[in-house]
Amino acid sequence: MSKRVGVEVSIAISEAVGLARAEIIPAYPITPQTHIVEHLSEMVANGQLDAEFVPVESEHAAMSCCCGAAAAGARVFTSSSSQGLSLMSEILYIPSTMRLPMVMVVANRALSAPISIWNDHQDIMVQRDIGWIQTFAENGQEAVDLTIHAFKVAENRNVSLPMIVNIDGFTLSHVIEPIELPDQEDVDAYLPPFKPRYKLDPRKPITMGPVGIPEVYTEAKVAHDKAIKNSKRYILKAWEEFEEVFGRKYEPVETYRTEDAEVLLVGMGSICETAMTAVDKMRDQGQKVGLLKIRLWRPFPAQEFRKAVGKTKILAVIDRCLPPGAVCGPVGAELRSMFYKIPGSPKIFSFVAGLGGRDVTVSRFEEIVDKARAFAKKRPRELYEVIGVREK
Amino acid sequence: MANSDAIVGWKTITFGCHILEPGNSANFRTGDWRSQRPVTDKEKCIKCGMCWIFCPDMTYKQDEEGYFEADMEYCKGCGICAHECPKDAITMVPEEG
Repeated sequence: MSKRVGVEVSIAISEAVGLARAEIIPAYPITPQTHIVEHLSEMVANGQLDAEFVPVESEHAAMSCCCGAAAAGARVFTSSSSQGLSLMSEILYIPSTMRLPMVMVVANRALSAPISIWNDHQDIMVQRDIGWIQTFAENGQEAVDLTIHAFKVAENRNVSLPMIVNIDGFTLSHVIEPIELPDQEDVDAYLPPFKPRYKLDPRKPITMGPVGIPEVYTEAKVAHDKAIKNSKRYILKAWEEFEEVFGRKYEPVETYRTEDAEVLLVGMGSICETAMTAVDKMRDQGQKVGLLKIRLWRPFPAQEFRKAVGKTKILAVIDRCLPPGAVCGPVGAELRSMFYKIPGSPKIFSFVAGLGGRDVTVSRFEEIVDKARAFAKKRPRELYEVIGVREK
Repeated sequence: MANSDAIVGWKTITFGCHILEPGNSANFRTGDWRSQRPVTDKEKCIKCGMCWIFCPDMTYKQDEEGYFEADMEYCKGCGICAHECPKDAITMVPEEG
């Protein structure tokens, strides 16, 4: 019987990767992901995990190695963050259209300049369109569970796509939490050995990654787009099975105290924990405020999101990413385009907060709700607002 | 450039855009954008096969008399054969029309 232990989230993720019996782990250390790969290399070195740990010379090489390993039919794991994830960028688009399953945990961190090792979502928003399935974890237990879930989804023969589990750097990666690590036999029951649709095999030669001439490229990209959209049903099914085996329930969009809400905060990742505290406080004061947590970011669960919004008329969307020159943050833009010209759709206000490790506190959430209410009465001049920014 | 076999829809394209049939590049006419073609002077040719060895697209075939001839379905006119020929028997001639 599994039990809850106090463990650093990074270590717990490594243990989950071990329980998932990853076979090839090409990885390059970068703060704040370091403890994940460090612990995995120890697990391989001391014989706890029967896997090949490939200490590559860069993240570019790490992702290239992941592609080769997945093409050969191995269960592949890697992890990265920030500048390292950006260095992978050229390769990240490749395994997704090539339908090579693998799992990556991204310990989300800001991008330079100025140099910042601290947490926000700018690194992963740069990689928004790489065509990987992406989930966001809110706490350590979710990080562990979503990692195991990711292998199940990615390797499903109807999905066969790479998958990223986003965890907030430091806020999750370096925090010690009580976490229930599942039993090996349960994970084995949940996650059967990887059987790829196709693999590189000299006895049955095929070519992976050929040139896509103009007559083929569009069709290859549309096939990928259809595949990731079609993956949602298997993502949900894998969560249902997860609940049956491990007893914890996951949904693509989670609601918190949304009943009869006038204003809904919308967030992703660990800030949702603070947001729940803020919602409790505002509810205690008689305000009708709730929270929507986006757990599945790609494919975007539009149907589930609309259902979760219900009849609420004001959404206050928090982006932990400031794309200079854009109309608003990526989550805000996603929701605005999703609701565009849909009758009865809510007013959507976009906020940027929590950049480069700045805490988003309970009072900040209260400020966001107040502003959203005010904006609903008088339309703001700007399409988004940066919360907590000093002018002088 | 490609023949009709390459014209597939997103539903019929191979999984991951893999090529599942080894060596199927032979099914595609790839030489129709050539700007020059190799012409072998049989007076000079010693049938050594250097053109056949060096051709990057394996377009050369040996005929019954032992001479090597490039298949214009695949030859891209790169000129490597002419460059490597030890007897300067191959001349690159501009394609016209």
